[in-house]
Amino acid sequence: MIKIVVIDDEPLARSIVVEYLQSYPEVDIVQECNNGYEGLKAIQQHKPDLIFLDIQMPKISGFEMLELVEEMPAVIFTTAFDEYAMRAFEANAVDYLLKPFSKERFDKAFQKFLQQRGNSSAIKKTEDLLMNINHQAEEQNRIVVKNGSDIRIVPIDDICYIEAFDDYVKIFTKDSWYLKKKTMSSYEASLNEKQFLRVHRSFIINLQELTRIEPMEKNSHIALLKTGQRIPLSRSGYSRLKEKLGI
Amino acid sequence: MLSGSVTYSRRVLFVSVAWFVVWTSIQTILLYYYEQGFAISLIDSILSNFLLLLAVYVSNNMFRFYKPKSGERFQRLIWGLAFTFLAVYALQFVLQQVFPKETIYLAFLHKSLPLRFVFFLLLISWLQISRWVVQYDQEQQEKKLRETEYTGLAKEAELSKLRLQLQPHFLFNSLNSINALVGSKPQEARKMIQQLSDFLRGTIKHEDRSLIPFKDELVHLNLYLEIEKVRFGNRLQTEIECNEEANALLIPALLLQPVVENAIKFGLYDTIDAITIRIKAEISNNQLIVKVENPFDPDTQSVNKGTGFGLSSVQRRLYLLFAQSDLVVIRKDQNVFTTIIKIPQS
Repeated sequence: MIKIVVIDDEPLARSIVVEYLQSYPEVDIVQECNNGYEGLKAIQQHKPDLIFLDIQMPKISGFEMLELVEEMPAVIFTTAFDEYAMRAFEANAVDYLLKPFSKERFDKAFQKFLQQRGNSSAIKKTEDLLMNINHQAEEQNRIVVKNGSDIRIVPIDDICYIEAFDDYVKIFTKDSWYLKKKTMSSYEASLNEKQFLRVHRSFIINLQELTRIEPMEKNSHIALLKTGQRIPLSRSGYSRLKEKLGI
Repeated sequence: MLSGSVTYSRRVLFVSVAWFVVWTSIQTILLYYYEQGFAISLIDSILSNFLLLLAVYVSNNMFRFYKPKSGERFQRLIWGLAFTFLAVYALQFVLQQVFPKETIYLAFLHKSLPLRFVFFLLLISWLQISRWVVQYDQEQQEKKLRETEYTGLAKEAELSKLRLQLQPHFLFNSLNSINALVGSKPQEARKMIQQLSDFLRGTIKHEDRSLIPFKDELVHLNLYLEIEKVRFGNRLQTEIECNEEANALLIPALLLQPVVENAIKFGLYDTIDAITIRIKAEISNNQLIVKVENPFDPDTQSVNKGTGFGLSSVQRRLYLLFAQSDLVVIRKDQNVFTTIIKIPQS
């Protein structure tokens, strides 16, 4: 059996996917979800083989939901019109359906899934997409994180700094920190450059949190944040910071 | 344009000849008065005016196709000075060759050279300056004309663009809903196609500047709301409150749809619960006041900076129509977001 979860905030949009799937007897639609929160729970609970996922949904987008998924299922994106998302799909060769889609187009996507099933490269493509996507064409103004089963939306103003951590980044707020599977360079690219600066290979700081720059031994410097945290500055990071602050 | 320039150069020729004849005569008389011989006076005058005319002609044509930028105005005067020098120098040279033995005349010629120079310079530079003034005036006028034409066009284009700002997202999602209904509920699919067609027809029916009764705007808005309700099912509820008096007031056609669209988007995407959109219309101070309310989540409020995103086009449109920038107001109370639209009634 192929376990499938359909996630879309419009009931009729889900029903057309369900209807098209009826011609595949080996399919088991384990759950239909109204939003990313339900979707995330359903994915954790059922560990589906495939999900159909809308992008624009209440509270958290399809992309933001996927970023929180631990075991990535195969994904077929469904979207009505989102030039930005479409460019990201094309760039990463991830399959997507443009609403309204025909049965023929749907079948093609489903056949492709069947062929690639068990092949990790398709899932890798989705993971790459998420690693590098900046959520909207406009600048990113929030980051969605998970703390246990609790989903939190962190406004970027609340972020003090971001630290690289193996394949992950740690996002530090005043009173907490969150782990996210993303690259430093993707945050460097998507965060507002007036507010955030990469001062070190492993650190991006929120300039509004900066209180002082202090010299350390031998030409090296550290940045002192309002929280008292001391962030090392690389040589190039230090000169970038000086340039940004106009000193 | 060709015939125009032909008559123009003919006129120039006529004026030049007339000027030459008149001024040569005057100068001849003048020189004769200063006790030069008649032949000398005549030849001196003919040559002087010929050279002057030549200098004017050359300097004019030099600048006819080449318009120095304002910073190079000075250059024009320098050239005028150079031509004057040349003309006066040539005059002196030729006359010396023609009358090598007339020592009294030659002494007079030398003495009068500065006067002749100043006269030439005065004329040439005056001509050039006046020409420049005319050109400048023309350019300014053309520029002004272009600008008014451009702002007029831009305003029209902007108005029609603002009016027809139909979200492709809405259209494709509606078609997707119809696609789903065709299989399961064909009757409802047919109804939705009708509603969508009526709605689309409504968006192209009106002139950009036309004002319509609020009642008619509500009919159009209801089509939109019905379609959205099919899409979102029971997550979307609406309440419309309006009295007879407000119904008759005038509103720019298709103004409210983007406002309500913004409210729905903001309301529906900011919460996962069912929401109610409330629309109230009333009259106050000879203005039609329309209030659109949607719930929002104050916790993620700072996250959603772009709350008024869809409203800027509405504000812009009202500004273009009424030249007032305070006709769109937003208010946040606890978890209700209110958009207030004011439409002045004449």
